[in-house]
Amino acid sequence: MALSDYLIFSAILFSISVAGIFLNRKNIIIILMSIELMLLAVNTNFIAFSYYLGDVAGQVFVFFILTVAAAEAAIGLAILVVLFRNKRTINVEELDSLNG
Amino acid sequence: MGIDQIITYVFCGLALLSSLMVITAKNPVKAAMSLVLTFFLSAGIWLTLEAEFLAISLVLVYVGAVMVLFLFVVMMLDINLTQLREGFIRYLPIGLLVAILMAVLLIMAVGPAHFGLEQFAAPARHAADYSNVRELGSVMYTVYVYPFEIASVILLVAIIAAIALTHRRRPETKRQDPAEQISVKREDRMRIVEMDTETRK
Repeated sequence: MALSDYLIFSAILFSISVAGIFLNRKNIIIILMSIELMLLAVNTNFIAFSYYLGDVAGQVFVFFILTVAAAEAAIGLAILVVLFRNKRTINVEELDSLNG
Repeated sequence: MGIDQIITYVFCGLALLSSLMVITAKNPVKAAMSLVLTFFLSAGIWLTLEAEFLAISLVLVYVGAVMVLFLFVVMMLDINLTQLREGFIRYLPIGLLVAILMAVLLIMAVGPAHFGLEQFAAPARHAADYSNVRELGSVMYTVYVYPFEIASVILLVAIIAAIALTHRRRPETKRQDPAEQISVKREDRMRIVEMDTETRK
């Protein structure tokens, strides 16, 4: 396996998640899932470089990214629950109260 | 082509297929399950890159915690699916265009011309007694100990924020208010009635 194989895999994964944000632009839950997929692609890049360069620092970074991503998912879903409780919808197009 | 190469290609292909299912699934529960599958397959890919500890923690943290949270929220919210699905066909051309353009550009940048085996030779596999956890820990608790502490504070902040956001005060439930209890005065609870003494007739 060459390093480029892993990099191409994560590039395609990243593009798929970008397409997911475009296609499901009304559903916040799928958008959050697409963001998780993006983070997965980035983490795969980090680990592939860490392996091929023989430097364990890349894996340490993945560890921190996993931590921050877990915190982000927890807070994002909490905000989503509060939003649904107050507005009874998670449709992105109806969430325009801040739109002046 | 060795057996490890075949395994890695199979894992990569299946992971891409299941990530496509995430973004095209009609039902958010099905999307969440496909995301679980994607994480499992990526953990397999990470295992082939000798990142054993992170592969296991990906399964534990993501499949065990984050995806359960996603499923919990999907099932708790009573959402109108047909309304959320509309616009999927309308945005399909632009989404595909952007995705394919981005993929082509990224592959041109990271393709075999720049990151092939000539530039980055595949390192030799570690011996059977090699411990990924030990190597990761010996770096994380020495060089990266300060970011490690910050990461724990971030997790604490996330716990407090998630609870504070979703905690709901119900007015109908009865509960103690200690501040009100200790600030109570005698006049709030009892009333002294002045009256004359009465004699027996």
